[in-house]
Amino acid sequence: MSTATLSVKQAGPLALIQDGGRFGVGHLGVTQSGAADWISFYWANWLLGNPLDSTALEIVLGGNLTLEASHDACLALAGADLDARIDDHPLAPNTCFTLKAGQRLIFRQPRAGLRAYLAFPGGLKAPEVLGSRACTAREQLGGLHEDGKPLQTGDQLVWLSEKPQAVRQLPEALVPAMPAQHCTLPLVLGSQAAHFAGRSLYQVFNQPWKVDQRADRMGVRLTGQALNSRLGGIISEGIPLGAVQIPPDGQPIVLMNDRQTIGGYPRIGAITPSACARLSQCLPGTEVWLQPVSATQAQVDHRKQLAVWR
Amino acid sequence: MKPRLETAAMDALTVRLFDTIDEGNMAWIIPADTALRHAFGNALIDLIPSYTTLLVHYDCRQLGFVEATALARNALNDLQPADIQNGQLHEIPVWYDASVGPELAPVAKRAGLSVEQLITRHCGHDYCVFALGFAPGYGFMGLVDEALATPRLTTPRQRVAAGSVGIADRQTAIYPLLSPGGWNILGRTAVPLFEYAKRGEPLFRPGDKVRFKAISKAEFEAAGGDITPLAERS
Repeated sequence: MSTATLSVKQAGPLALIQDGGRFGVGHLGVTQSGAADWISFYWANWLLGNPLDSTALEIVLGGNLTLEASHDACLALAGADLDARIDDHPLAPNTCFTLKAGQRLIFRQPRAGLRAYLAFPGGLKAPEVLGSRACTAREQLGGLHEDGKPLQTGDQLVWLSEKPQAVRQLPEALVPAMPAQHCTLPLVLGSQAAHFAGRSLYQVFNQPWKVDQRADRMGVRLTGQALNSRLGGIISEGIPLGAVQIPPDGQPIVLMNDRQTIGGYPRIGAITPSACARLSQCLPGTEVWLQPVSATQAQVDHRKQLAVWR
Repeated sequence: MKPRLETAAMDALTVRLFDTIDEGNMAWIIPADTALRHAFGNALIDLIPSYTTLLVHYDCRQLGFVEATALARNALNDLQPADIQNGQLHEIPVWYDASVGPELAPVAKRAGLSVEQLITRHCGHDYCVFALGFAPGYGFMGLVDEALATPRLTTPRQRVAAGSVGIADRQTAIYPLLSPGGWNILGRTAVPLFEYAKRGEPLFRPGDKVRFKAISKAEFEAAGGDITPLAERS
């Protein structure tokens, strides 16, 4: 256990304890949860030589989240640029750094992307529920106090190892680009795709979609020219990560980590896990394009992505 | 029985067995669940059965798309129906009262019944658990007597108390924890469904039966029930 702790001097709007997710419990009605931008989350852990799905902090927006170190602490930051500062000094993401005793780490506001990941030597200490430490507000599961709540002012963060296994540098070429404009999201067609009009199947891939304000860890709504399914609703069935469901208004909702396990809107397919990671970093108003990919090709690309950390 | 396999995502398949909701479906869904679990072994990440389908989420580091499809097809080749009479029967005590079940009166009125008759009808059937979903331990059950079938509220409530028992169309369910919801709420149970689910041991599973039993306010309170009224619109 670490001697050093971080105390939460000011809680931002949303900082969540997350790991790789809660798996094998979908049949109980329990959602997957886990780090939304799992690629940046993996990089944060990789920087410290942690197992890639070690428990870390997902910081959304920043909003002056302020953490103070009790002793010197070696930490790593990846993902969004939330204009982080150590006291008054700017701290760029995608690095390991030392927060000295008494220093404050502050996350101000998004400059690129939406979610930053703060990793700790060995991973954060948090109680395990149903095989995971991931925090899900809607289900009142996980988190420091096992109630699914985000970090609160006064919380203390403790981690598992005194020192990191490694202190790595992220090669410039591998730094994940935070989506700005024209982000491309590969989509595997499937599910009820056959029940959409031909024109809608064309429009899925041939128009820019705008990320709406209504976007969170459950789902991200996209707006554009409506897609029309011949089905109003379907009998509720299991929903995979990234599923693109089309409610009667024709505006797609991409279902993310905290989605309901089963649902009854027709789906046109699902975007890939890497696409979900990218989409989770898109601010409202960002334009995204959906791009068809076969399941087999998507798997090849996914394995290639995973091989980066080997 | 000819299961259809559909691509649901890069690393997920939907196994479709039926096109309509029927209590008899579970006799096939349950053995399909067992067969798929067995066939995928440790390459299985999640398996989510529902009314007519099963979603298979597999580890694509271990299995390619083509292999996974073949594996699922073979696993379901000689599927035989299970004896669903084996499902456990759970008796759930419910305090039916307007204070915790604001839709008791409107649902009864719609059905042309007195509130007492509505309660008797709701308690008069052993409901089949079709699926767990929506929230940890939330069971979708049916089928409710056709006369009682009531559409969801036009505007869902922001807060439905834990233990609330509701109806939507021909389905009935219990809210395991405080959550938003649009079902017609008839009463409340003190059975802590969420606590069971949190331990990974849900009280009931697909294929089980649930029977509701009307209890008094005193019995409800003695069982640890929370009598805080449910707002008509909140």
